[in-house]
Amino acid sequence: MSQGNIGVVLPDYQLATERVADEGKVYELIIIGGGPAGLTAGVYAARKRMDVLLLTQDIGGQVMLTGEIENYMGYERITGEELIARFKEQLSHQEITVQEESRVASITRGGKVFIAYTDEGYSYRARTVIIASGKRSRPLDVPGEERLVGRGVSYCAVCDAPLFAGRDVAVVGGGNSGLTAAIDLIKIANKVYVVSAHSSLPGDPVLVEQVEQTPQVDIFVFCDVQEVLGRERVTGIRIRSRQEEEERTLPVQGVFVEKGFLPNSELAQDIVKLSEDHEIIIDLGCRTSVPGIFAAGDVTTVPEKQIIISAGEGAKAALSAYNYLITTS
Amino acid sequence: MAFLKGDTKGQVQKELEGLSGKVKLVLFTQKQDCQYCRESRMLLEGVASLSDKITLEGHDFKGEANVVQEYKVDRAPAIAVVGTKDTGIRFYGVPAGHEFVSLLDAIRMTSVGDSGLSQQSRELVKQLTVPVHIQVFITLGCPYCPKAVTMGHKLALESDGIVSDMVEASEFPQLASKYNVFAVPKVVINEKIQFEGALPEPNFVQHVMKAK
Repeated sequence: MSQGNIGVVLPDYQLATERVADEGKVYELIIIGGGPAGLTAGVYAARKRMDVLLLTQDIGGQVMLTGEIENYMGYERITGEELIARFKEQLSHQEITVQEESRVASITRGGKVFIAYTDEGYSYRARTVIIASGKRSRPLDVPGEERLVGRGVSYCAVCDAPLFAGRDVAVVGGGNSGLTAAIDLIKIANKVYVVSAHSSLPGDPVLVEQVEQTPQVDIFVFCDVQEVLGRERVTGIRIRSRQEEEERTLPVQGVFVEKGFLPNSELAQDIVKLSEDHEIIIDLGCRTSVPGIFAAGDVTTVPEKQIIISAGEGAKAALSAYNYLITTS
Repeated sequence: MAFLKGDTKGQVQKELEGLSGKVKLVLFTQKQDCQYCRESRMLLEGVASLSDKITLEGHDFKGEANVVQEYKVDRAPAIAVVGTKDTGIRFYGVPAGHEFVSLLDAIRMTSVGDSGLSQQSRELVKQLTVPVHIQVFITLGCPYCPKAVTMGHKLALESDGIVSDMVEASEFPQLASKYNVFAVPKVVINEKIQFEGALPEPNFVQHVMKAK
């Protein structure tokens, strides 16, 4: 029942919270989201001396749920929390107002400014907006799933994996997050099934090889989950092979859903153009269909959702917003 | 295993600079059948060494029945946080990983003697007429969990009738299995009221009030 390496995660770096979000003023820029894209945009915009308000539910976003990261340049290996702690420290040296636990529900235009309305009942104004609201786990969308959330269905492998010590579990999804979850679970669980809808596991070969070489892992490719079984708790999943059109039941007590993501674009759906996959359509300068609104990172149509890409996109969006302000004022 | 070294130490020390009142950490360990007793002791020794406001008092869970009774702890490792009096704040299992933040929060609020709860929550818990036992099940890798743990601890500090435990689920698998813990954070109040997730303060308090 190992928790792996026991260490401590340090408290959050204090962001400059003395600056309180002001409903009465017009900011030059509102950044929505506190993941790699939003935080990087914050640093870039603050260095341009823009008057910036960053609104976010939490700092770090999906990165906080990532265990080891081995592909963010400058760090051979770093945990998600550590990386975010460093992002935060870097941002804390900048002049920027950060409002946490703030969820933007919608954006409208009011004359020459944009207004961001939050779930908490506040509204903030700015001349430009960067939407960097990220994405969330895509559910399985099959019978039994909703009923068994917290009863064996999990969307957070780093949280819940230790609860399945010695049990049999399934990971649904063969991308990098699914494979990382499987690798975490191998150390804890008895048997790990990996179920992927693709004809081969789509994750990075370095992870695929690691999973394939583990004897306690069984891999089912080209398979869809049809149902999560169990009344009070998960007892199995029913899967169906696309090729052979045959069904089978995997007897598991845990199902870790790692089926990719849905963009958090609802807040912008009434104002900017979205793709068929509900991602915010952007151009190379992170410009959306509405001049003055920019978007960056996983919520956008940028190809590949990676921490380093989101950080770069955040930088680009901030510089685009700056250029927009200069040329329009 | 040294938990707090170099950089980390300095940062924790900074976190502890604002302490005003004294805080006593009462630690219960046992020699056998305890995976993380040693780690708990080392972690607390490290923290206590960083502030003259914090003292560590160690007890043998198996051998010191009178103290075990006094703090009503029923397994090890256990930590009771004591300020001017026993706060009702408990940690079962090592408060490492993300829970280190919960430990620092508990120390800070005990030292200052202020839970930081809203006026509305304070008024509500005054209406409690029965003893309340909150158990917050967590794992060390869960980033949402400290929020729920600290919420329970704030309530314990606020009300003499509330005891709130952090329970590290993988160290106490029987307990986790008794309460069907398959996702964390999971909160159990007086055995019967249960919910999952780190709820905002008003919702958390609402569940606690169902106990009365």
